[in-house]
Amino acid sequence: MLPILIPFLMAILSIINWGNRVLHRFLALAGSVGLLFAALALLTTVNEQGILSSNIGDWPAPFGIVLVADLPAAIMILMAAIVGLAVLVYATASMDKGRERFGYYPLILLLLMGMCGAFLTGDLFNLYVWFEIMLIASFALLALGGSRAQLEGSVKYFALNLLVSAFMLTGIGLLYGMTGSLNLAALAQTLRAAGPEQPVTTVAIFFMIAFGIKAAMFPLYFWLPASYHTPPVAVSAIFAGLLTKVGVFALIRVFTLLFVQDTAWTHGLLLAGAALTMLSGVLGAMAFDDIRRIFAFHIISQIAYMVLGLALFVPMALAGTIFYMVHHILVIVSLFLVSGLIARAGGSYFKAQLGGLYGTRPLLALLFLVPALSLSGVPPLSGFWAKLTLLRVTLAQELWLVAAIALLVGLLTLFSMVRIWLSAFWGPPGPAAASVTPMRAGERRALYGSTLALVTLTLALSLFAGPAFELAERASEQLLDPAGYIAAVLGEGS
Amino acid sequence: MTSIILVVATRLIFPLMLMFSLFLLLRGHDAPGGGFVGGLMAASAFALFALATSVTRARDALRRSTFRLIGIGLLFAFVSGLPGLFAGSPFLRALWTSTELPVIGKLSSVLLFDTGVLLVVVGVTLTIVFAMAEADEEEEE
Repeated sequence: MLPILIPFLMAILSIINWGNRVLHRFLALAGSVGLLFAALALLTTVNEQGILSSNIGDWPAPFGIVLVADLPAAIMILMAAIVGLAVLVYATASMDKGRERFGYYPLILLLLMGMCGAFLTGDLFNLYVWFEIMLIASFALLALGGSRAQLEGSVKYFALNLLVSAFMLTGIGLLYGMTGSLNLAALAQTLRAAGPEQPVTTVAIFFMIAFGIKAAMFPLYFWLPASYHTPPVAVSAIFAGLLTKVGVFALIRVFTLLFVQDTAWTHGLLLAGAALTMLSGVLGAMAFDDIRRIFAFHIISQIAYMVLGLALFVPMALAGTIFYMVHHILVIVSLFLVSGLIARAGGSYFKAQLGGLYGTRPLLALLFLVPALSLSGVPPLSGFWAKLTLLRVTLAQELWLVAAIALLVGLLTLFSMVRIWLSAFWGPPGPAAASVTPMRAGERRALYGSTLALVTLTLALSLFAGPAFELAERASEQLLDPAGYIAAVLGEGS
Repeated sequence: MTSIILVVATRLIFPLMLMFSLFLLLRGHDAPGGGFVGGLMAASAFALFALATSVTRARDALRRSTFRLIGIGLLFAFVSGLPGLFAGSPFLRALWTSTELPVIGKLSSVLLFDTGVLLVVVGVTLTIVFAMAEADEEEEE
């Protein structure tokens, strides 16, 4: 419960004191630190005691709304809290006054609240409501500032998300008509008992499309690179790290708990989608000069690895997916924060305008190199372990083509990172370097501090990949064994 | 554009509407009514006031900024969930006091929640109404 309440309370206090920038900053930081502690507490409790559930307003499940905390949800909430804190610290030194006054901080808090809600909810319609909360907050964040490029990106983002809502509601409506319940645990029971005459797979496709768009899967990913690079870094970093992951998480939730009747068809479709997404994402990244756009395309191709793990549908692969999500959240957020630092230190987001940063900013070069190599899967960094697990399962299932694509995409990712490295860090200083103003000490502390913290966490994840992977394995067992989930929500007898 | 009829009528209707809004709020729960309708009623009272006089005077009459109303309303709703939490049951568990008060009946956390809803509805509606009315007034000048 606390992960939702803390950001909510802080956002309320910010709205009461609208326009007070200093107080907003303080409340947002306090809220995200609180969220971090609540998330840690939740993870340890769930780890020790198993799945927890809480009936809101004490209306019993399956009639009331339930919040369920299992290991995957607790892990994701912890990641959201870490990223939220890092981005907010980064924002205190990089956000302009206008955006701060018009509610940047409360909006981020509401976004975090929406995510925690989406991770925790045990009710399908409630999931939709949390998605809408995230959508409203993220739309406002995207449009805040109102430059031409931003509005264009926001309109695309908004239009497509309306479509998602329509698909999702249709799916929810059909499911309710079929089973008479929207409680995830109750649905899992009924759908498992449902005969082949029920159009379960049709409904599953509605959800696949809806969450697939949210997660930026092929062929519905074009909204992401069109919008993510337009807002300031402290906005796009949190979008990049978390928004698409909520889509992936929702996919995992419904395709492990609900739609497992016809896995050859649904998960086969996911597999094909994943392979195509991987390829198109990384090829898209080759075509652009703007560093943020390149990273945005890499999100797409990396998302595909997570979906791949879900599509393979064995414990090992799902554990790989969860590990991959944790790894990718850390890495992609650091890369976006680094892109902001590159622009601050080199004067531009465009590769062609940059150069020679290695000579002037060796620390920044290091901060770029670690997540960049981890993203492309160079051993012994965290990305390597994540990719290795998924690849081994792919090979074990004799999906040679998919394995080949996954390997090729890893190589192309490395190539793309090396190209950024060559143009931004190597060679003579770029033409944009002249416009750079020196950083103040406080600014440097906040910007480098938050990025450094995330990079350190990436390194820690690489070093302690073993224990982290064990946790992911236990989480994947909970996903694949819905009996535990059902028992936690509906009581032991059912 | 000020019409004497409207101004005089507003002076009479405005308090009536606010009282009716309060009535709706307290009548809610088991009978039709509640925070949402009550909020709409109160908001339309202020909207009428703004039409009869001016947005600036309506804002003065409201005393608080509309944003602050939204925030306070959300805070009410938030606080109404806490007693359940402290009583060892889940968040938002509805609790009633055992003593009955005249008119209101049993005090409850539900009433607090509904009051919050009322304030949020007033805040949101008036934010929109005032913004549109101000744009209108600027056009006329």
